[in-house]
Amino acid sequence: MTFSLAELMVCAASRSFDNDGEVLATGIGLLPRLAASLAMRTTNPEMMMTDSQSYMLSNPNPVSGMTSHEGQANENWMGFARIFDNVWSGARHALVGPSQVDRFGQTNIAALGGTYDAPKVQLLGVRGFPGNSISHANSFFVPKHSTRVFIDGECDVVCSIGYNPDRLPRCYSFDDIDIRRVITDLCVMDFNGPNKQMRVISLHPGVALSEVQENTGFELAVADTLEETPAPTNEQLAVIAELDPLNFRAKQLKDNPPGVRAA
Amino acid sequence: MNKCVSAAEAVSVIESGMTIGIGGWGPRRKPMGLVRELLRSDVNDLTVVAYGGADVGLLCAAGKVKKVIFAFVSLDFMPLEPAFRKARESGSIEVREIDEGMMLLGLRAAAWGSPFIPTRIGLGTDVVTRNPDLALVDSPYDDKEWVAMPALNLDVALIHATREDERGVCEIASPDHYMDDWFARASKTTIVSADEIVPSEHFNDPDVARRVYWERNCTNKVVHLPGGAHPSSSDPLHGYDVKHYKEYGALITEGGIDAYAEAFLGDSEADYQAAVGGLDAIQSLPLPVY
Repeated sequence: MTFSLAELMVCAASRSFDNDGEVLATGIGLLPRLAASLAMRTTNPEMMMTDSQSYMLSNPNPVSGMTSHEGQANENWMGFARIFDNVWSGARHALVGPSQVDRFGQTNIAALGGTYDAPKVQLLGVRGFPGNSISHANSFFVPKHSTRVFIDGECDVVCSIGYNPDRLPRCYSFDDIDIRRVITDLCVMDFNGPNKQMRVISLHPGVALSEVQENTGFELAVADTLEETPAPTNEQLAVIAELDPLNFRAKQLKDNPPGVRAA
Repeated sequence: MNKCVSAAEAVSVIESGMTIGIGGWGPRRKPMGLVRELLRSDVNDLTVVAYGGADVGLLCAAGKVKKVIFAFVSLDFMPLEPAFRKARESGSIEVREIDEGMMLLGLRAAAWGSPFIPTRIGLGTDVVTRNPDLALVDSPYDDKEWVAMPALNLDVALIHATREDERGVCEIASPDHYMDDWFARASKTTIVSADEIVPSEHFNDPDVARRVYWERNCTNKVVHLPGGAHPSSSDPLHGYDVKHYKEYGALITEGGIDAYAEAFLGDSEADYQAAVGGLDAIQSLPLPVY
């Protein structure tokens, strides 16, 4: 069966949640949400997820084609204030899409360039990233792997704590920070290189390691056995189609490239 | 007891230099009618605390704001709020940028009369380095350092509820009341606009009483503003107005606050509602699906 790059990335990202057990999974953005939903429907049924509004669901909502929240599988009310009560306890894994990621795994969604007082581009603000990053597991989803995202130097605004010895708070160690996986359009990475260096663990079909390094602004470690990112199974593709009946996933990456590059 | 006043009377308690909190979240249940009244006033030099949307954007664009205390300013479906973006990029406003949950802690500290609440949130990030007035403190119970999130003491809070009675008992019938209860509690004066003013017996139903998130002695002024959340949503009564937000974005980007005010603001809420198609149009905006 053929599959798109977006579907390959969704399946790769969904594997980040496989061993999480009973945690709140939050995927921000359509593909990350689809990845978390896929995990909940296949490999980790214990997972918890919200309706992106104010209820926890026993079964994830579709990411497209829904016309009303009525009839969804609510299991408890979960307003924004209560989110913090739950996630600061640590039982959460967020899959987020930062605008910048540096070699420490610090991220930025707040502002780019210029000065802090007058940035060249104001983005969202730090949102919940500071609290998320020091409280629970986080993975990153990067639709376009480039040196603009994986920058040389530190993030313009450091929104989340990473493995940066110079910023480590007193009496904290790297063990207090839990950055899991980075899923891009080229590869899957983690932070299990020497001294928490970012490390390539699988390349998407047809991608060369040199291409990944060229599009990264800092030096990467490479896993001893570098694998090819597994193709989606028919079961995964069927669940994805069910969760995204209007195929919004096809509009998330430029030109919706195939999962296996043409030779 | 009757706390009902007009929007203009209510907002007249706000003076230049005050710190105001604004309830709601991004494009959802914002007290926009009260914000519009503030736009029509000559108040300026405000410090604004909000989970921001076009409320923060409009006040910045109108030059009313000295400082914004924020975690985000966004319209969700339009991730970058156009007027806030312009204000930030021109360096015309001061900011205190903090985590979403830190803001909640600051409001709670203010509500509880504590000078600060200790938290690990913010450590290791630019929240600490870019806010030199945000102190780190030692704990008497461990050796770690802690962020002392200061109380966000508000002079005035602006909130939009679904319904309230004339004594200020407020029902939020939306799926989420956000941090509105903490804005109400953190403030010296709380002004609540509502789509509907109801008799007090409305609250006798226990299901309705459970949708009251703060007590009436936290509400000082009651303002009847049907459609007063527009262009944000007032779920379950109406959704947010995507078309209007887009027009707002285009006008602000091209012509600033003058272009927007010329097209929509008018001298009263009645003028505004006429310019956006009338109350019926507002009340028939479909509810958002996430």
